[in-house]
Amino acid sequence: MDDLLPEFLTETNESLADLDLALMKLERGPDDKATLSLIFRLVHTIKGTCGFLGLPRLEHVAHAAENVLGRVRDGELVATPEVINLVLAALDRIKLIVAGLAATGTEPAGDDTAVIAALDRACAGDITPAQAPAHLPAETAETPDAQPVQETPAGPQTIRVTVDLLEDLMTLVGELVLTRNQLLQLSRAEGTTAFSAPLQRLSHITSDLQEGVMKTRMQPIGHAWNKLPRLVRDLAQETGKKITLDMRGQDTELDRQVLELMRDPLTHMVRNSADHGLEIPEERRAAGKPETGRIMLNAYHEGGHIIIEVSDDGRGLDVARIRDKALSKGLATEAELAAMTESQIRAFIFRAGFSTAAAVTAISGRGVGMDVVRSNIERIGGTIELTSTFGAGSCFTVKIPLTLAIVSALIVSAAGERFAIPQISVMELVRVGHGNDAKPGSGQSAACMAIEHIGETPVLRLRDRLLPLISLGPLLRMDGTQAKAASTTVVVTSVGSGLLGLVVDEVFDTEEIVVKPVAPILRHVTMFSGNTILGDGSVIMILDPNGVARSAGVSSRSSAASNEGETQSFQSDERVALLLFRAGNEATPLAVPLSLVARLEDVAVSKIETSANGYVTQYRGRLMPLIAMNEAGFQLGRRMSEGDAETAQGNGAAAEPTQPILVFADGDRCMGLMVDAIVDIVHDRLRIEIGGARRGLLGTAIIAGQAADVLDTSHWLTVAWRDWFGGEQTASKARQRVLVVEDSDFFRQLLVPTLSAAGYDVTSVGSATEALKMRDAGLRVDVIVSDIEMPDMDGLGFARIVRESGPWAELPMIALTSRGSPEQIERGREAGFTDYVQKMQREALIESLRQCLDARTGQLDHAFA
Amino acid sequence: MQPNTSSPHGHGQSERDKGAAGAEDADIRTYVTLMLADQLCGIPVLLVRDVLAGQQIARIPLAPPEVAGNLNLRGRIVTAIDLRQRLHLPPRSAANKPMSVVAEHGCELYALLVDQVSEVVSLRATDMERNPPTLPPIWAEHSVGIYRVSERLMVVLDVERLLKLELMMAA
Repeated sequence: MDDLLPEFLTETNESLADLDLALMKLERGPDDKATLSLIFRLVHTIKGTCGFLGLPRLEHVAHAAENVLGRVRDGELVATPEVINLVLAALDRIKLIVAGLAATGTEPAGDDTAVIAALDRACAGDITPAQAPAHLPAETAETPDAQPVQETPAGPQTIRVTVDLLEDLMTLVGELVLTRNQLLQLSRAEGTTAFSAPLQRLSHITSDLQEGVMKTRMQPIGHAWNKLPRLVRDLAQETGKKITLDMRGQDTELDRQVLELMRDPLTHMVRNSADHGLEIPEERRAAGKPETGRIMLNAYHEGGHIIIEVSDDGRGLDVARIRDKALSKGLATEAELAAMTESQIRAFIFRAGFSTAAAVTAISGRGVGMDVVRSNIERIGGTIELTSTFGAGSCFTVKIPLTLAIVSALIVSAAGERFAIPQISVMELVRVGHGNDAKPGSGQSAACMAIEHIGETPVLRLRDRLLPLISLGPLLRMDGTQAKAASTTVVVTSVGSGLLGLVVDEVFDTEEIVVKPVAPILRHVTMFSGNTILGDGSVIMILDPNGVARSAGVSSRSSAASNEGETQSFQSDERVALLLFRAGNEATPLAVPLSLVARLEDVAVSKIETSANGYVTQYRGRLMPLIAMNEAGFQLGRRMSEGDAETAQGNGAAAEPTQPILVFADGDRCMGLMVDAIVDIVHDRLRIEIGGARRGLLGTAIIAGQAADVLDTSHWLTVAWRDWFGGEQTASKARQRVLVVEDSDFFRQLLVPTLSAAGYDVTSVGSATEALKMRDAGLRVDVIVSDIEMPDMDGLGFARIVRESGPWAELPMIALTSRGSPEQIERGREAGFTDYVQKMQREALIESLRQCLDARTGQLDHAFA
Repeated sequence: MQPNTSSPHGHGQSERDKGAAGAEDADIRTYVTLMLADQLCGIPVLLVRDVLAGQQIARIPLAPPEVAGNLNLRGRIVTAIDLRQRLHLPPRSAANKPMSVVAEHGCELYALLVDQVSEVVSLRATDMERNPPTLPPIWAEHSVGIYRVSERLMVVLDVERLLKLELMMAA
């Protein structure tokens, strides 16, 4: 009996899982003969095997259930929810007994008479009201040992393999990869020898083997979802709501390890949706929604990651309630909350202990959920984002790496030690020189990238953004050779949704490495996500850019504001890089977010000229207006003594007075704010405590321990250029936003940089349906550029939908096409396009954009006039 | 170095000859002896996976001070713990290269850096004595007992306690 038992347990557990799903299916479609016979067959098999193995309890319960199912199959009984409940109750009892059997080897003692009696009564036609489905304490029924390679009953043959064996294979393959790398490295040093060709072959075989073994670890995500339909059904019954569960992408495969880690978070999110998100039928009817609420699960691959979306069409997140709760729990002050965007406020639900549920139910509301979900996801290197519309629903988007074990990494060196940075985080590499030797304000071309220093803080100007830099050596407290080399490299990495520059000594190459977890004693060092052995046998640490950013105090979770079309994103609960300076002869220093500043210049006074409009200077071939913050008493070139004396001496040009300027740029326009002295760059929270009463200032905040006035950047920008913001009253982003809809990747990649260089903020999507999704998600743009010939929905259809209704109905739309006959142009105009441009004509497109947007602002001006 | 139960010679010599087995077999404990800051120590041989010399140790930034770094042992990454640091003993001079005793703890391999590893001795369990009061507290804390071996004290190290994470200094 002993050797038969494990087989029996495995098979029965699988059958039970299948039965759950099948019964759900049957409930939705009681006439589904195929499902019905499947169910009957499975129960019959269980009963038969139990009898054969001498398991009386199981046999009796299964027999009773089989009787009921038999009558359903013969048409004498209808599969109503009550009947289904009874069968489910029987299955639950069977699960319980099987669990006991798995634990001890014999059937546990127990009394099933109630369950059996209910089933027998149902058989006789007396269906007692549905009993509350028994909640099993823990699903221990799954034996962790066996795992089928494929699930299809008919079709390719399958074989059972224990998980341990696969793990061993995986480890061996990992070792093989490392040894192969070692051999390749040695052979590279030797040049071409008799070994080279066989080694190449070996290398290919190893790669293929690696791929194959990785595949064995892949499981469809449906496995993590298979309990959810039952869960949702039970929740629906308990709460009295009507809920359907839509699952898409069940076949999306991911690593077994990752799958296990995702089970609980996904279950939790679905529970939340069912419990808190979806409303009861009356409420839904009142809100004009269909009575049945939907929870949607969607999984798909995207660039080395798995994206899982859990969304519902329920009531969405109530930002006001979250704000109140945050306030009452002391998580933020009024002032902070006032400065936050809606999505930042929503992010409070990820804090520990946070729950706006009025009542703590057995299901959720204890407030221990979402923070654990987020930390579980982040532990495996994933991210979770939340979008929600009050009244319409919420959507959680989880992004997790496809595999944890073997990754591509860039090998760099800093302070004499080598490190690996996962290739996925690396955005670009920039070669820099140390720019303090360069003459300031001499209008250097952008090709010469220089690290500029403000006080002690290095920054890099990268395409009109100031990028915070971190030197790895000092950060890791290594006192290696701090040689001020002529040139170093900055590795631009993505952290959260922002960028961070890591200054390293040297960059080597990209290698495939086997990630080994750090020893437990080093787990607290968040900067490392693992370690590995290189081809030459040396052990190096793998850096985690997010951990580095956190340690350096650089904000690693900047809000993805673009979807909201939000205005200035002062993140008052995150630390941002702030530039401190003095101007207007005030004792209090001034502060401005570094990200708004395009450049810091020190212009020789002799280069500043006066014109009828005020001070100007020639800057990069154009005239840049210079504004002084405090007109009265302003003196050109006068500087305060902080640190500038040394700079002047260091320059060796102490004789020539210079004027420090903060340059703000947007496309063609630039403006210089003349200041007295640049003090420092600090990383701190921006919390405006006292609202600004004076023009030109937003208020006062405490930055780096002292009071500082916060600059109202938009005010000064409009002083310089009255129409900086195109005549719109709000302090919105200066750059116009373009949406590009184009299905050809290649063409999209051509187009996007062209438009960015022309000064637009570009969002690009690959299909019209995606564009509409983003519209519904709240994306705000100023103009749409769309291809006509696209699969699924073409440009004309898209234009019609956009023009029909919705937030984009009035926007200028430009059509891109490879053909341009008059009929087509006419059809395009009919569909709603404002203009028509040939695909390859860059200049024409830019011109058209400008015209359309100018025309629009003209209209708006009229509207406001 | 293969553990064996034959009579050792040289440093750390056992007083009795284990050749006469008989009823004493069950009571024989075998230790790998080592020197640490002039103190003779022993580690039960069954805990020792490997003994290494001259290993390339890669230092780990931001690690606690007793973590000397990582080393590569036939494809496995082993964390090296400097026992002098761990026991707050004075650091060894640069000229003296440490040797490593590799032990396993909680599914991880650790290389314990010591000054010198000697040979394997077999001693009678009944000869193990309690830590004498004269033993400096730092040794007493990490020892399960001592043996008198040719007029020296051999401290039997408590490997489990040595590798206990919570007791290690945080960075």
